[in-house]
Amino acid sequence: MNKDLNKVRTMADFAEKGESPEVLFWVGCAGSFDDRYKRVTKAFVKILNHLNIQFAVLGTEESCTGDPARRAGNEFLFQMQAMNNIQILNSYHIKKIVTACPHCFNIIKNEYPELGGNYEVLHHSVFIQQLIDDGKLKPSDNNAFKGVKITYHDSCYLGRANNIYQAPRRLLESLDADLVEMKRCRTKGLCCGAGGAQMFKEPEKGKKDINIERTEEALETGAKTIASACPFCMTMLTDGVKNKEKEEEIKVLDLAEIIAKAENL
Amino acid sequence: MFVLQIILFFIVIGTTGYFLIRRIRRIRSNIRLGRKIDRKDHPSKRWKNVLLVAFGQKKMFKKPIPALLHIMIYIGFLVINIEVLEFILDGLTGSHRIIGQWLQGIGAFEFYHILMNTFEFLAILVILSCLFFLIRRNVLKVQRFTGEEMTSWPKLDGNLILIFEIILMIAILKMNGADQVLQSRNVEGYPETGSLFFSKTLFFGFYSKYQTDFVVVVERVAWWFHILGIFGFAIYITYSKHLHIVLAFFNTYFAKLEPAGKMDNMPEVTNEVKMMLGIANETPQEQPTEIPRLGAKDINDLHWKNIMDAYTCTECGRCTSECPANLTGKKLSPRKIMMDVRDRAEEIGESLRRGGKGFEDGKSLLGDFISKEEILACTSCNACVEACPVLIDPLSIILQIRRYMAMEESSSPQSWNSMFSNIETNFAPWKFAPSDRFNWSKE
Ligand code: SF4
Ligand code: SF4
Repeated sequence: MNKDLNKVRTMADFAEKGESPEVLFWVGCAGSFDDRYKRVTKAFVKILNHLNIQFAVLGTEESCTGDPARRAGNEFLFQMQAMNNIQILNSYHIKKIVTACPHCFNIIKNEYPELGGNYEVLHHSVFIQQLIDDGKLKPSDNNAFKGVKITYHDSCYLGRANNIYQAPRRLLESLDADLVEMKRCRTKGLCCGAGGAQMFKEPEKGKKDINIERTEEALETGAKTIASACPFCMTMLTDGVKNKEKEEEIKVLDLAEIIAKAENL
Repeated sequence: MFVLQIILFFIVIGTTGYFLIRRIRRIRSNIRLGRKIDRKDHPSKRWKNVLLVAFGQKKMFKKPIPALLHIMIYIGFLVINIEVLEFILDGLTGSHRIIGQWLQGIGAFEFYHILMNTFEFLAILVILSCLFFLIRRNVLKVQRFTGEEMTSWPKLDGNLILIFEIILMIAILKMNGADQVLQSRNVEGYPETGSLFFSKTLFFGFYSKYQTDFVVVVERVAWWFHILGIFGFAIYITYSKHLHIVLAFFNTYFAKLEPAGKMDNMPEVTNEVKMMLGIANETPQEQPTEIPRLGAKDINDLHWKNIMDAYTCTECGRCTSECPANLTGKKLSPRKIMMDVRDRAEEIGESLRRGGKGFEDGKSLLGDFISKEEILACTSCNACVEACPVLIDPLSIILQIRRYMAMEESSSPQSWNSMFSNIETNFAPWKFAPSDRFNWSKE
């Protein structure tokens, strides 16, 4: 088998050939531009190709969902972005979207319908978990994470915002990883500090940075791998680990990277 | 004496009714200062929230110990209200233990006996729970009862309610104790209740040392004290965080049903954006004559549910104790946001009723009550929303104020303004060329 695991086709390409993909992969700004998160994008692409899923991306036709603008109060800018995106998505008759960003997921799923964009939207953690449930993805018994201590950091926009607590954990459990919880988890999970457009400004005055507080909780579990499912959490926790000078021993990995590695992709 | 008591009672109940109704009307009109929002869809889901969260106190059980104590006070409160009903009937008719006599008449005396003993048992549980809560507040100094916004009045309010409840419960027990002494002496007008365990143990021996005349006075004073106390309490709570005992039911009914992560849309912006993009508006609406302010600066920019939230807030601080910004020393406290909204709504409502300046008083919610620093510290993490036992949504208020800051004042921080212009020109919050967006696939 020597299929190209890195192959990516754009929606324009599909349309030109009169084909339609099973699912559109919404890459998001971090997934497209952030050096660290590009690796997550590529890991997810490998998983999709590995399972022979016909997927497309918008490529240069994609643009910011408008989440940071809306959370920072700029409703005009958000709606401009949203309408443009919806026009493109609707022109391609998109039905199903998967994304590796909880913020893109939340806004397309919950906030685009009022502006005319109705799609089935899945976060990649739920998408992968469904593949595992359907028996399409079977992590091997001797995967790299078997018995490895992992702690999962709940993203606010998956957890409290959309009640997704189980899928990411089930995914790690399917690898037989040793899942350990932080002091604050699930509905009580502590924010990484980047939501609500905080990613794009300095924190307000205070005693401590939120990501440091959260990183300390993660380190307390003794896990050497911190699993995250969001580009902002990824940045904040990685910075936190660096701040503690632990980047040699502690890895912050996205769920997609963990699965890709377990599958030797 | 007899007639005098009835007349007095009518005066008391009338006065209470007058003040209570006036105050309820005022709170209602203060809540109505807010903008319209529809919260009547999906009634069955709404009732479910009322049943689980208000009646069932589901969210309280995230902290089991206070939840148990709280539920004892809550059940005590509900059940003892049946006795208050008997009090009121007695007061209006000049009888004594009218329900008891009626039950005796239909041969259900034992039922009344058990009922009275149950009330006393609950009264004891309420007293113990309140004592425990007082200790938690004042001796153990549970952290969430402190904080910048817990100034002298909120602190006093929290303690007063507990003390009030203890005193009311003791009055019931004293009254029953004296009553039983009178029964044992076959004094006229004191029908048999059967032996009531707690009041007998606590007060019977004490009062049986006194002469009948004095014991009658003790019983009457305790009766009046209790009923006046209940009426006074009813008025007091409308000025207090204790209003949640009523509003929690309304507030859970009208709570947001959509996923917590969803922000409300602004249709007025949608119309304008559609025009700018040249998209035909399918449902052409009449242009409102007065263009509303974008986002929230003051009470009337918020929607009515935000204000109802504020009146429902119990000041328990569960929101603040979970808030990542507050936990790391930022100025933001979601509880303070709720308390500020209530204070400002009260201030404006009062001023409007007096024919004063109302909204034109030169003050506003943002600026005089809530600072920008607080609003900017929020990560929109929904921890406060999740933590609130009565489904209050502080985040909704914070985000509406941000809209005002960004769109009316243009006072967002510089780094946010750069982010805005990046999105406008590069379609990404960072400064990358849109044509490079797909480069990752080739790297
Ligand atoms: S949503 Fe904002 S106010 Fe509420 S807990 Fe999170 S940071 Fe605090
Ligand atoms: S908003 Fe809710 S959680 Fe916060 S103090 Fe008020 S009642 Fe308690």
